[in-house]
Amino acid sequence: MIFLAEWWDLRDLGNAVGAFLEWLGDHGPDWLPYTASAVIGSITLLVFLVVSLLMVAWAERRLLGRIQARLGPNRVGPWGLLQSVADAIKMLTKEAITSANVDRWVFWLAPILVAVPALVVFAVLPFNEGMVLADLNVGVLFVVAIGSVTAIPIFMAGWSSNNKFSLLGAMREVAMLISYEIPQVLALLGVVIFTNTMRMSGIVGWQDDHNTWLIFLQPLAVLIYFIAGAVEINRTPTDIAEAESEIVAGYHTEYSGIKFGMFWVGEYFAGFAIAAIIATLYLGGWTLWGLEEWVPGWIIFLAKLYALFWFFIWMRGTLPRLRIDQLMGFAWKFLLPLALINIFFAGLEVLLWQENELAAEAVLPAFAIGNLVLAVGLIVAWARFLGRGRPQWRPTRARLVKELGAVVYGQEA
Amino acid sequence: MEDVGSIVAFWMLSVIAVAAALMVVAARNLIHAVLFLILSFIGVAGLYLTLSADFVAVTQILIYAGAISVLILFAILLTPRAARDNAETFLQVPGLVVAALVAVTMGAIVLVTDWNEATRGAFPETAEAIGEALLDKYVLPFEIASVVLLAAMVGAIVLVRED
Repeated sequence: MIFLAEWWDLRDLGNAVGAFLEWLGDHGPDWLPYTASAVIGSITLLVFLVVSLLMVAWAERRLLGRIQARLGPNRVGPWGLLQSVADAIKMLTKEAITSANVDRWVFWLAPILVAVPALVVFAVLPFNEGMVLADLNVGVLFVVAIGSVTAIPIFMAGWSSNNKFSLLGAMREVAMLISYEIPQVLALLGVVIFTNTMRMSGIVGWQDDHNTWLIFLQPLAVLIYFIAGAVEINRTPTDIAEAESEIVAGYHTEYSGIKFGMFWVGEYFAGFAIAAIIATLYLGGWTLWGLEEWVPGWIIFLAKLYALFWFFIWMRGTLPRLRIDQLMGFAWKFLLPLALINIFFAGLEVLLWQENELAAEAVLPAFAIGNLVLAVGLIVAWARFLGRGRPQWRPTRARLVKELGAVVYGQEA
Repeated sequence: MEDVGSIVAFWMLSVIAVAAALMVVAARNLIHAVLFLILSFIGVAGLYLTLSADFVAVTQILIYAGAISVLILFAILLTPRAARDNAETFLQVPGLVVAALVAVTMGAIVLVTDWNEATRGAFPETAEAIGEALLDKYVLPFEIASVVLLAAMVGAIVLVRED
Protein backbone atom coordinates (compact mmCIF):
# COMPACT_ATOMS: atom_id res chain seq x y z
CA MET A 1 0.00 0.00 0.00
CA ILE A 2 3.03 2.27 -0.11
CA PHE A 3 2.14 3.79 -3.47
CA LEU A 4 -1.15 5.05 -2.04
CA ALA A 5 0.45 6.76 0.93
CA GLU A 6 1.23 10.02 -0.85
CA TRP A 7 -0.07 13.48 -0.13
CA TRP A 8 -2.94 13.15 -2.62
CA ASP A 9 -4.14 9.97 -0.93
CA LEU A 10 -7.64 10.80 0.25
CA ARG A 11 -7.65 7.84 2.62
CA ASP A 12 -5.46 9.85 4.94
CA LEU A 13 -6.08 13.57 4.79
CA GLY A 14 -3.31 13.94 7.36
CA ASN A 15 -0.71 13.13 4.69
CA ALA A 16 -1.51 16.22 2.64
CA VAL A 17 -1.46 18.44 5.71
CA GLY A 18 1.72 16.77 6.97
CA ALA A 19 3.49 17.35 3.65
CA PHE A 20 2.39 20.99 3.65
CA LEU A 21 3.59 21.52 7.24
CA GLU A 22 6.94 19.90 6.46
CA TRP A 23 7.34 22.25 3.50
CA LEU A 24 6.47 25.21 5.73
CA GLY A 25 9.02 24.11 8.32
CA ASP A 26 11.72 23.90 5.67
CA HIS A 27 10.98 27.30 4.17
CA GLY A 28 9.87 29.40 7.12
CA PRO A 29 10.59 30.19 10.78
CA ASP A 30 10.21 27.53 13.47
CA TRP A 31 6.92 28.76 14.88
CA LEU A 32 5.15 28.77 11.50
CA PRO A 33 4.26 25.03 11.31
CA TYR A 34 2.74 25.13 14.82
CA THR A 35 0.62 28.17 14.01
CA ALA A 36 -0.41 26.74 10.65
CA SER A 37 -1.35 23.36 12.12
CA ALA A 38 -3.40 25.04 14.83
CA VAL A 39 -5.26 27.20 12.29
CA ILE A 40 -5.80 24.35 9.80
CA GLY A 41 -6.91 21.96 12.53
CA SER A 42 -9.35 24.43 14.08
CA ILE A 43 -10.91 25.33 10.75
CA THR A 44 -11.22 21.65 9.78
CA LEU A 45 -12.88 20.85 13.10
CA LEU A 46 -15.32 23.75 12.74
CA VAL A 47 -16.26 22.76 9.19
CA PHE A 48 -16.71 19.14 10.22
CA LEU A 49 -18.87 20.11 13.18
CA VAL A 50 -21.07 22.54 11.24
CA VAL A 51 -21.63 20.09 8.37
CA SER A 52 -22.39 17.31 10.87
CA LEU A 53 -24.75 19.64 12.67
CA LEU A 54 -26.76 20.43 9.53
CA MET A 55 -26.97 16.76 8.52
CA VAL A 56 -27.64 15.31 11.98
CA ALA A 57 -30.26 17.92 12.81
CA TRP A 58 -32.16 16.93 9.67
CA ALA A 59 -31.66 13.20 10.33
CA GLU A 60 -32.81 13.63 13.92
CA ARG A 61 -36.04 15.36 12.90
CA ARG A 62 -36.79 12.74 10.26
CA LEU A 63 -36.06 9.88 12.66
CA LEU A 64 -38.11 11.46 15.43
CA GLY A 65 -40.90 11.82 12.90
CA ARG A 66 -40.62 8.14 12.09
CA ILE A 67 -40.56 7.14 15.77
CA GLN A 68 -43.65 9.28 16.41
CA ALA A 69 -45.47 8.02 13.27
CA ARG A 70 -45.42 11.30 11.35
CA LEU A 71 -43.46 12.58 8.37
CA GLY A 72 -40.98 15.10 9.72
CA PRO A 73 -39.57 17.91 7.55
CA ASN A 74 -39.98 16.94 3.88
CA ARG A 75 -40.67 20.19 1.98
CA VAL A 76 -37.35 22.04 1.64
CA GLY A 77 -35.22 20.28 -0.96
CA PRO A 78 -35.30 16.54 -1.72
CA TRP A 79 -36.58 14.62 1.35
CA GLY A 80 -36.38 17.90 3.25
CA LEU A 81 -32.58 17.77 3.17
CA LEU A 82 -32.23 21.55 3.13
CA GLN A 83 -34.47 22.03 6.17
CA SER A 84 -31.47 22.71 8.45
CA VAL A 85 -30.14 25.33 6.06
CA ALA A 86 -33.53 27.01 5.98
CA ASP A 87 -33.66 26.94 9.78
CA ALA A 88 -30.20 28.44 10.01
CA ILE A 89 -31.19 31.30 7.69
CA LYS A 90 -34.36 31.81 9.74
CA MET A 91 -32.38 32.03 12.99
CA LEU A 92 -29.86 34.45 11.50
CA THR A 93 -32.52 36.80 10.17
CA LYS A 94 -34.75 36.84 13.25
CA GLU A 95 -34.50 39.76 15.62
CA ALA A 96 -32.19 39.18 18.57
CA ILE A 97 -34.16 40.76 21.39
CA THR A 98 -32.37 41.98 24.50
CA SER A 99 -34.86 42.63 27.26
CA ALA A 100 -34.57 45.77 29.37
CA ASN A 101 -33.16 44.59 32.68
CA VAL A 102 -30.68 41.94 31.59
CA ASP A 103 -27.05 42.04 32.63
CA ARG A 104 -25.93 43.09 29.17
CA TRP A 105 -22.31 41.88 29.07
CA VAL A 106 -22.95 38.46 30.57
CA PHE A 107 -26.12 38.08 28.50
CA TRP A 108 -24.14 38.62 25.29
CA LEU A 109 -21.14 36.57 26.35
CA ALA A 110 -23.05 33.41 27.32
CA PRO A 111 -24.20 32.32 23.82
CA ILE A 112 -20.71 33.00 22.46
CA LEU A 113 -19.03 30.84 25.10
CA VAL A 114 -21.57 28.02 25.17
CA ALA A 115 -20.16 26.04 22.24
CA VAL A 116 -16.50 26.57 23.19
CA PRO A 117 -16.02 23.63 25.62
CA ALA A 118 -17.32 21.11 23.06
CA LEU A 119 -14.98 22.54 20.40
CA VAL A 120 -12.01 22.37 22.75
CA VAL A 121 -12.71 18.72 23.61
CA PHE A 122 -12.29 17.77 19.94
CA ALA A 123 -8.69 18.99 20.08
CA VAL A 124 -7.58 15.86 21.97
CA LEU A 125 -9.70 13.28 20.10
CA PRO A 126 -7.78 11.40 17.37
CA PHE A 127 -9.69 11.12 14.08
CA ASN A 128 -6.99 8.86 12.66
CA GLU A 129 -3.46 7.79 13.47
CA GLY A 130 -1.65 11.09 14.00
CA MET A 131 -4.76 13.07 12.97
CA VAL A 132 -5.18 14.87 16.26
CA LEU A 133 -4.74 18.54 17.09
CA ALA A 134 -3.11 18.11 20.51
CA ASP A 135 -2.24 14.61 21.69
CA LEU A 136 -2.05 15.49 25.39
CA ASN A 137 -0.68 12.89 27.77
CA VAL A 138 -3.49 13.82 30.17
CA GLY A 139 -6.20 13.57 27.49
CA VAL A 140 -8.83 11.83 29.62
CA LEU A 141 -8.37 14.29 32.46
CA PHE A 142 -8.55 17.16 29.97
CA VAL A 143 -11.91 15.93 28.70
CA VAL A 144 -13.20 15.73 32.27
CA ALA A 145 -11.89 19.21 33.10
CA ILE A 146 -13.49 20.78 30.04
CA GLY A 147 -16.72 18.96 30.82
CA SER A 148 -16.73 20.56 34.25
CA VAL A 149 -16.68 24.12 32.90
CA THR A 150 -19.65 23.62 30.51
CA ALA A 151 -21.93 24.64 33.37
CA ILE A 152 -20.51 28.17 33.52
CA PRO A 153 -21.85 29.64 30.21
CA ILE A 154 -25.24 28.09 30.95
CA PHE A 155 -25.23 29.57 34.42
CA MET A 156 -24.23 32.95 32.93
CA ALA A 157 -27.17 32.77 30.51
CA GLY A 158 -29.66 31.85 33.20
CA TRP A 159 -28.49 34.40 35.73
CA SER A 160 -28.05 37.36 33.39
CA SER A 161 -31.54 37.00 31.87
CA ASN A 162 -33.13 38.44 35.03
CA ASN A 163 -35.94 35.92 34.76
CA LYS A 164 -36.86 33.41 37.43
CA PHE A 165 -37.45 30.60 34.94
CA SER A 166 -34.03 31.18 33.42
CA LEU A 167 -32.42 31.12 36.83
CA LEU A 168 -34.31 27.94 37.79
CA GLY A 169 -33.12 26.29 34.59
CA ALA A 170 -29.54 27.36 35.20
CA MET A 171 -29.60 26.11 38.80
CA ARG A 172 -30.99 22.78 37.67
CA GLU A 173 -28.33 22.47 34.97
CA VAL A 174 -25.48 23.25 37.35
CA ALA A 175 -26.82 20.93 40.06
CA MET A 176 -27.21 18.16 37.50
CA LEU A 177 -23.76 18.67 36.00
CA ILE A 178 -21.92 18.53 39.32
CA SER A 179 -23.90 15.43 40.34
CA TYR A 180 -23.31 13.50 37.12
CA GLU A 181 -19.67 14.52 36.85
CA ILE A 182 -18.76 12.09 39.64
CA PRO A 183 -20.09 8.85 38.08
CA GLN A 184 -18.74 10.10 34.74
CA VAL A 185 -15.20 10.47 36.08
CA LEU A 186 -15.39 7.12 37.87
CA ALA A 187 -16.52 5.47 34.63
CA LEU A 188 -13.52 6.94 32.78
CA LEU A 189 -11.22 5.76 35.55
CA GLY A 190 -11.93 2.15 34.55
CA VAL A 191 -10.52 2.87 31.10
CA VAL A 192 -7.37 4.40 32.55
CA ILE A 193 -6.89 1.44 34.92
CA PHE A 194 -6.94 -1.00 32.02
CA THR A 195 -4.91 0.97 29.47
CA ASN A 196 -2.44 2.46 31.96
CA THR A 197 -2.40 5.76 30.06
CA MET A 198 -4.51 8.91 29.82
CA ARG A 199 -3.36 9.72 26.28
CA MET A 200 -6.24 9.33 23.82
CA SER A 201 -4.10 7.84 21.05
CA GLY A 202 -2.53 5.51 23.65
CA ILE A 203 -5.97 4.24 24.65
CA VAL A 204 -6.92 3.61 21.01
CA GLY A 205 -3.56 1.90 20.50
CA TRP A 206 -4.10 -0.34 23.53
CA GLN A 207 -7.45 -1.48 22.15
CA ASP A 208 -5.82 -2.09 18.78
CA ASP A 209 -2.94 -4.06 20.31
CA HIS A 210 -5.19 -6.31 22.36
CA ASN A 211 -7.74 -6.77 19.56
CA THR A 212 -10.58 -5.75 21.79
CA TRP A 213 -12.74 -2.80 22.67
CA LEU A 214 -13.06 -1.49 26.16
CA ILE A 215 -16.85 -1.67 25.88
CA PHE A 216 -16.47 -5.45 26.37
CA LEU A 217 -14.20 -5.05 29.38
CA GLN A 218 -16.17 -2.19 30.93
CA PRO A 219 -19.84 -2.63 29.93
CA LEU A 220 -21.12 -1.01 33.13
CA ALA A 221 -18.79 1.98 32.74
CA VAL A 222 -20.00 2.56 29.16
CA LEU A 223 -23.60 2.57 30.34
CA ILE A 224 -22.80 4.97 33.18
CA TYR A 225 -20.80 7.26 30.90
CA PHE A 226 -23.54 7.22 28.27
CA ILE A 227 -26.24 8.19 30.79
CA ALA A 228 -24.05 10.85 32.40
CA GLY A 229 -23.18 12.16 28.93
CA ALA A 230 -26.84 12.36 27.96
CA VAL A 231 -27.45 14.39 31.12
CA GLU A 232 -24.49 16.64 30.38
CA ILE A 233 -25.69 17.51 26.86
CA ASN A 234 -29.19 18.21 28.12
CA ARG A 235 -31.24 16.11 25.70
CA THR A 236 -34.84 15.12 26.08
CA PRO A 237 -35.07 12.36 28.68
CA THR A 238 -32.85 14.47 30.93
CA ASP A 239 -33.46 18.01 29.71
CA ILE A 240 -35.01 19.27 32.93
CA ALA A 241 -32.91 22.43 32.64
CA GLU A 242 -35.07 23.52 29.71
CA ALA A 243 -38.23 21.56 30.40
CA GLU A 244 -40.97 23.31 28.41
CA SER A 245 -43.75 21.89 30.55
CA GLU A 246 -42.26 23.26 33.77
CA ILE A 247 -40.04 26.30 33.27
CA VAL A 248 -40.85 27.72 29.78
CA ALA A 249 -37.47 27.12 28.08
CA GLY A 250 -35.13 27.11 31.07
CA TYR A 251 -31.91 29.03 30.84
CA HIS A 252 -32.52 30.29 27.29
CA THR A 253 -36.04 31.61 27.85
CA GLU A 254 -35.02 35.21 27.14
CA TYR A 255 -32.90 34.47 24.09
CA SER A 256 -34.11 34.82 20.51
CA GLY A 257 -32.70 34.70 17.00
CA ILE A 258 -29.14 33.52 16.54
CA LYS A 259 -28.39 33.86 20.24
CA PHE A 260 -30.92 31.12 20.90
CA GLY A 261 -29.44 29.33 17.88
CA MET A 262 -26.03 29.31 19.53
CA PHE A 263 -27.42 27.39 22.51
CA TRP A 264 -28.97 24.91 20.12
CA VAL A 265 -25.66 24.60 18.24
CA GLY A 266 -23.74 24.22 21.49
CA GLU A 267 -26.03 21.39 22.55
CA TYR A 268 -25.39 19.48 19.33
CA PHE A 269 -21.63 20.11 19.47
CA ALA A 270 -21.56 18.77 23.03
CA GLY A 271 -23.53 15.74 21.82
CA PHE A 272 -20.95 15.08 19.11
CA ALA A 273 -18.19 15.49 21.68
CA ILE A 274 -19.76 12.92 24.03
CA ALA A 275 -20.32 10.48 21.15
CA ALA A 276 -16.72 11.01 19.98
CA ILE A 277 -15.35 10.41 23.48
CA ILE A 278 -17.31 7.15 23.81
CA ALA A 279 -16.19 6.09 20.32
CA THR A 280 -12.54 6.79 21.18
CA LEU A 281 -12.39 5.39 24.69
CA TYR A 282 -14.74 2.43 24.50
CA LEU A 283 -15.18 1.56 20.81
CA GLY A 284 -11.60 1.61 19.58
CA GLY A 285 -11.60 5.05 17.93
CA TRP A 286 -10.37 4.88 14.35
CA THR A 287 -9.59 1.14 14.41
CA LEU A 288 -11.89 -1.64 13.29
CA TRP A 289 -9.93 -4.91 13.44
CA GLY A 290 -7.81 -4.33 10.36
CA LEU A 291 -10.40 -2.52 8.26
CA GLU A 292 -8.54 0.73 8.93
CA GLU A 293 -5.88 -0.38 6.45
CA TRP A 294 -8.43 -0.21 3.64
CA VAL A 295 -10.89 2.43 4.75
CA PRO A 296 -9.63 5.79 6.06
CA GLY A 297 -9.58 5.76 9.84
CA TRP A 298 -11.52 9.01 10.10
CA ILE A 299 -14.44 7.46 8.19
CA ILE A 300 -14.55 4.58 10.69
CA PHE A 301 -14.36 7.08 13.54
CA LEU A 302 -17.16 9.20 12.10
CA ALA A 303 -19.32 6.12 11.48
CA LYS A 304 -18.96 5.19 15.16
CA LEU A 305 -19.65 8.78 16.19
CA TYR A 306 -22.89 9.04 14.20
CA ALA A 307 -23.99 5.55 15.27
CA LEU A 308 -23.61 6.62 18.90
CA PHE A 309 -25.47 9.84 18.25
CA TRP A 310 -28.32 7.72 16.86
CA PHE A 311 -28.70 6.27 20.36
CA PHE A 312 -29.20 9.80 21.70
CA ILE A 313 -31.89 10.39 19.06
CA TRP A 314 -33.52 7.05 19.85
CA MET A 315 -33.54 7.84 23.55
CA ARG A 316 -35.09 11.24 22.85
CA GLY A 317 -37.85 9.71 20.79
CA THR A 318 -38.60 6.90 23.23
CA LEU A 319 -38.23 8.00 26.83
CA PRO A 320 -40.32 10.57 28.71
CA ARG A 321 -38.66 13.39 30.62
CA LEU A 322 -37.52 12.57 34.14
CA ARG A 323 -38.33 14.59 37.24
CA ILE A 324 -35.47 16.52 38.83
CA ASP A 325 -35.48 14.60 42.13
CA GLN A 326 -35.53 11.30 40.24
CA LEU A 327 -32.60 12.41 38.11
CA MET A 328 -30.51 13.57 41.08
CA GLY A 329 -31.38 10.46 43.10
CA PHE A 330 -30.41 8.29 40.15
CA ALA A 331 -26.92 9.85 40.03
CA TRP A 332 -26.20 9.60 43.74
CA LYS A 333 -28.01 6.42 44.75
CA PHE A 334 -27.66 4.31 41.63
CA LEU A 335 -24.82 5.36 39.32
CA LEU A 336 -22.29 6.40 41.98
CA PRO A 337 -22.22 3.13 44.00
CA LEU A 338 -22.25 1.07 40.83
CA ALA A 339 -19.36 3.08 39.40
CA LEU A 340 -17.38 2.59 42.61
CA ILE A 341 -17.93 -1.18 42.57
CA ASN A 342 -16.97 -1.23 38.89
CA ILE A 343 -13.71 0.59 39.65
CA PHE A 344 -12.93 -1.87 42.43
CA PHE A 345 -13.35 -4.87 40.14
CA ALA A 346 -11.40 -3.23 37.30
CA GLY A 347 -8.49 -2.60 39.65
CA LEU A 348 -8.68 -6.15 41.02
CA GLU A 349 -8.65 -7.64 37.51
CA VAL A 350 -5.68 -5.59 36.35
CA LEU A 351 -3.82 -6.46 39.55
CA LEU A 352 -4.47 -10.18 39.01
CA TRP A 353 -3.38 -9.86 35.40
CA GLN A 354 -0.19 -7.91 36.04
CA GLU A 355 0.95 -9.69 39.21
CA ASN A 356 0.58 -13.20 37.76
CA GLU A 357 1.86 -12.14 34.31
CA LEU A 358 -0.98 -13.95 32.59
CA ALA A 359 -1.39 -13.97 28.81
CA ALA A 360 -3.71 -11.23 27.56
CA GLU A 361 -5.45 -13.58 25.11
CA ALA A 362 -6.54 -15.85 27.95
CA VAL A 363 -7.34 -13.20 30.52
CA LEU A 364 -9.24 -10.55 28.58
CA PRO A 365 -12.12 -12.77 27.35
CA ALA A 366 -12.57 -14.05 30.90
CA PHE A 367 -12.65 -10.48 32.21
CA ALA A 368 -15.14 -9.51 29.49
CA ILE A 369 -17.56 -12.29 30.43
CA GLY A 370 -17.04 -11.67 34.15
CA ASN A 371 -17.65 -7.95 33.82
CA LEU A 372 -20.78 -8.44 31.72
CA VAL A 373 -22.20 -10.78 34.35
CA LEU A 374 -21.15 -8.30 37.03
CA ALA A 375 -22.82 -5.40 35.20
CA VAL A 376 -26.15 -7.17 34.71
CA GLY A 377 -26.11 -8.62 38.22
CA LEU A 378 -25.25 -5.28 39.82
CA ILE A 379 -27.91 -3.35 37.94
CA VAL A 380 -30.64 -5.86 38.80
CA ALA A 381 -29.53 -6.31 42.41
CA TRP A 382 -29.11 -2.60 43.09
CA ALA A 383 -32.47 -1.74 41.52
CA ARG A 384 -34.15 -4.35 43.75
CA PHE A 385 -32.21 -3.10 46.78
CA LEU A 386 -33.37 0.48 46.19
CA GLY A 387 -36.96 -0.62 45.60
CA ARG A 388 -37.21 -2.74 48.75
CA GLY A 389 -39.42 -1.77 51.66
CA ARG A 390 -41.58 0.53 49.59
CA PRO A 391 -44.50 -1.70 48.56
CA GLN A 392 -46.54 1.37 47.60
CA TRP A 393 -44.15 1.84 44.70
CA ARG A 394 -45.04 -1.62 43.39
CA PRO A 395 -48.83 -1.81 43.79
CA THR A 396 -50.44 -5.14 43.06
CA ARG A 397 -53.63 -3.51 41.76
CA ALA A 398 -54.68 -0.11 40.48
CA ARG A 399 -55.70 2.19 43.35
CA LEU A 400 -57.94 5.23 43.57
CA VAL A 401 -56.40 8.61 44.20
CA LYS A 402 -58.46 8.83 47.43
CA GLU A 403 -56.91 5.66 48.79
CA LEU A 404 -53.46 7.23 48.46
CA GLY A 405 -54.60 10.19 50.53
CA ALA A 406 -54.06 12.74 47.78
CA VAL A 407 -56.31 15.75 47.39
CA VAL A 408 -58.50 15.77 44.28
CA TYR A 409 -59.22 19.37 43.34
CA GLY A 410 -62.90 20.21 43.23
CA GLN A 411 -63.77 17.17 45.36
CA GLU A 412 -62.48 18.20 48.78
CA ALA A 413 -64.64 16.35 51.29
CA MET B 1 11.97 30.56 27.55
CA GLU B 2 13.98 31.25 24.43
CA ASP B 3 11.34 30.61 21.76
CA VAL B 4 8.85 33.25 20.67
CA GLY B 5 5.75 31.15 21.33
CA SER B 6 6.41 30.65 25.04
CA ILE B 7 7.15 34.33 25.58
CA VAL B 8 4.01 35.49 23.74
CA ALA B 9 1.92 32.91 25.60
CA PHE B 10 3.46 33.89 28.94
CA TRP B 11 2.67 37.58 28.52
CA MET B 12 -0.84 37.02 27.18
CA LEU B 13 -1.71 34.60 29.98
CA SER B 14 -0.11 36.81 32.63
CA VAL B 15 -2.08 39.84 31.47
CA ILE B 16 -5.31 37.80 31.45
CA ALA B 17 -4.68 36.34 34.90
CA VAL B 18 -3.61 39.60 36.55
CA ALA B 19 -6.22 41.81 34.88
CA ALA B 20 -8.97 39.35 35.74
CA ALA B 21 -7.73 39.15 39.33
CA LEU B 22 -7.83 42.96 39.56
CA MET B 23 -11.37 42.96 38.20
CA VAL B 24 -12.38 40.42 40.87
CA VAL B 25 -11.57 43.06 43.47
CA ALA B 26 -12.90 46.02 41.47
CA ALA B 27 -16.22 44.56 40.28
CA ARG B 28 -19.20 45.78 42.31
CA ASN B 29 -21.35 42.89 41.20
CA LEU B 30 -20.49 39.66 43.02
CA ILE B 31 -21.42 37.36 40.13
CA HIS B 32 -19.19 39.40 37.80
CA ALA B 33 -16.41 39.04 40.36
CA VAL B 34 -16.80 35.24 40.34
CA LEU B 35 -16.79 35.14 36.52
CA PHE B 36 -13.56 37.16 36.50
CA LEU B 37 -12.19 34.79 39.11
CA ILE B 38 -12.87 31.88 36.73
CA LEU B 39 -11.05 33.74 33.94
CA SER B 40 -8.13 34.31 36.28
CA PHE B 41 -8.04 30.59 37.18
CA ILE B 42 -7.97 29.69 33.48
CA GLY B 43 -5.13 32.14 32.88
CA VAL B 44 -3.13 30.57 35.72
CA ALA B 45 -3.83 27.11 34.25
CA GLY B 46 -2.34 28.37 30.98
CA LEU B 47 0.75 29.56 32.84
CA TYR B 48 1.16 26.08 34.34
CA LEU B 49 1.04 24.71 30.77
CA THR B 50 3.90 26.97 29.70
CA LEU B 51 5.86 25.51 32.65
CA SER B 52 5.18 22.01 31.19
CA ALA B 53 3.15 21.08 34.27
CA ASP B 54 0.30 19.59 32.24
CA PHE B 55 -1.30 17.60 35.06
CA VAL B 56 -1.40 20.59 37.39
CA ALA B 57 -2.82 22.79 34.62
CA VAL B 58 -5.69 20.42 33.83
CA THR B 59 -6.35 19.85 37.53
CA GLN B 60 -6.45 23.63 38.03
CA ILE B 61 -9.25 23.90 35.45
CA LEU B 62 -11.08 20.85 36.81
CA ILE B 63 -10.99 21.85 40.47
CA TYR B 64 -10.82 25.65 40.50
CA ALA B 65 -12.63 26.72 37.33
CA GLY B 66 -15.04 23.78 37.33
CA ALA B 67 -15.79 22.95 40.94
CA ILE B 68 -14.73 25.70 43.37
CA SER B 69 -16.21 28.52 41.27
CA VAL B 70 -19.51 26.67 40.91
CA LEU B 71 -19.50 26.25 44.68
CA ILE B 72 -18.95 30.01 45.10
CA LEU B 73 -21.75 30.75 42.62
CA PHE B 74 -24.11 28.55 44.62
CA ALA B 75 -23.05 30.20 47.86
CA ILE B 76 -23.79 33.64 46.38
CA LEU B 77 -27.17 32.58 45.00
CA LEU B 78 -28.20 31.04 48.32
CA THR B 79 -27.25 34.20 50.25
CA PRO B 80 -30.13 36.70 50.38
CA ARG B 81 -29.52 39.98 48.52
CA ALA B 82 -25.87 39.11 47.86
CA ALA B 83 -26.26 38.28 44.17
CA ARG B 84 -26.88 41.82 42.93
CA ASP B 85 -24.61 43.92 45.09
CA ASN B 86 -21.15 43.71 46.57
CA ALA B 87 -22.06 45.57 49.74
CA GLU B 88 -19.84 47.55 52.11
CA THR B 89 -18.13 45.42 54.70
CA PHE B 90 -16.75 46.15 58.16
CA LEU B 91 -13.75 43.95 57.38
CA GLN B 92 -12.10 46.53 55.10
CA VAL B 93 -9.28 47.47 57.47
CA PRO B 94 -8.31 43.88 58.43
CA GLY B 95 -8.57 42.95 54.73
CA LEU B 96 -6.19 45.75 53.76
CA VAL B 97 -3.76 44.70 56.51
CA VAL B 98 -3.76 41.07 55.33
CA ALA B 99 -3.37 42.14 51.69
CA ALA B 100 -0.44 44.41 52.60
CA LEU B 101 1.24 41.60 54.56
CA VAL B 102 0.81 39.18 51.65
CA ALA B 103 2.17 41.78 49.22
CA VAL B 104 5.21 42.46 51.42
CA THR B 105 5.94 38.73 51.81
CA MET B 106 5.59 38.04 48.09
CA GLY B 107 7.65 41.10 47.18
CA ALA B 108 10.41 40.06 49.59
CA ILE B 109 10.46 36.55 48.09
CA VAL B 110 10.60 37.99 44.56
CA LEU B 111 13.54 40.21 45.50
CA VAL B 112 15.42 37.55 47.45
CA THR B 113 15.02 34.70 44.95
CA ASP B 114 17.88 34.04 42.57
CA TRP B 115 16.05 34.00 39.21
CA ASN B 116 18.33 31.68 37.27
CA GLU B 117 16.91 29.80 34.36
CA ALA B 118 16.65 26.07 34.92
CA THR B 119 19.09 24.20 32.75
CA ARG B 120 17.47 20.77 32.80
CA GLY B 121 14.91 21.60 30.05
CA ALA B 122 11.24 20.67 30.00
CA PHE B 123 9.82 18.07 32.35
CA PRO B 124 8.79 14.70 30.94
CA GLU B 125 5.20 13.64 31.56
CA THR B 126 4.23 14.52 35.10
CA ALA B 127 0.93 12.67 35.55
CA GLU B 128 2.53 9.27 36.10
CA ALA B 129 5.12 10.60 38.56
CA ILE B 130 2.44 12.45 40.56
CA GLY B 131 0.22 9.36 40.64
CA GLU B 132 3.05 7.16 41.86
CA ALA B 133 4.13 9.68 44.49
CA LEU B 134 0.56 10.01 45.81
CA LEU B 135 0.00 6.28 46.14
CA ASP B 136 3.50 5.32 47.23
CA LYS B 137 5.59 7.82 49.12
CA TYR B 138 2.80 10.17 50.23
CA VAL B 139 0.06 7.60 50.66
CA LEU B 140 -0.58 8.52 54.31
CA PRO B 141 -1.23 12.27 53.71
CA PHE B 142 -3.33 11.28 50.70
CA GLU B 143 -5.46 8.92 52.78
CA ILE B 144 -5.75 11.41 55.64
CA ALA B 145 -6.95 14.09 53.20
CA SER B 146 -9.54 11.65 51.84
CA VAL B 147 -10.81 10.83 55.34
CA VAL B 148 -10.99 14.52 56.27
CA LEU B 149 -13.02 15.26 53.12
CA LEU B 150 -15.31 12.32 53.82
CA ALA B 151 -15.83 13.56 57.38
CA ALA B 152 -16.67 17.03 56.04
CA MET B 153 -19.21 15.52 53.65
CA VAL B 154 -20.85 13.45 56.38
CA GLY B 155 -20.87 16.52 58.62
CA ALA B 156 -22.57 18.63 55.96
CA ILE B 157 -25.25 15.99 55.45
CA VAL B 158 -25.85 15.67 59.20
CA LEU B 159 -26.13 19.47 59.55
CA VAL B 160 -28.84 19.88 56.91
CA ARG B 161 -30.84 16.72 57.65
CA GLU B 162 -34.41 17.31 58.73
CA ASP B 163 -35.59 14.90 61.38
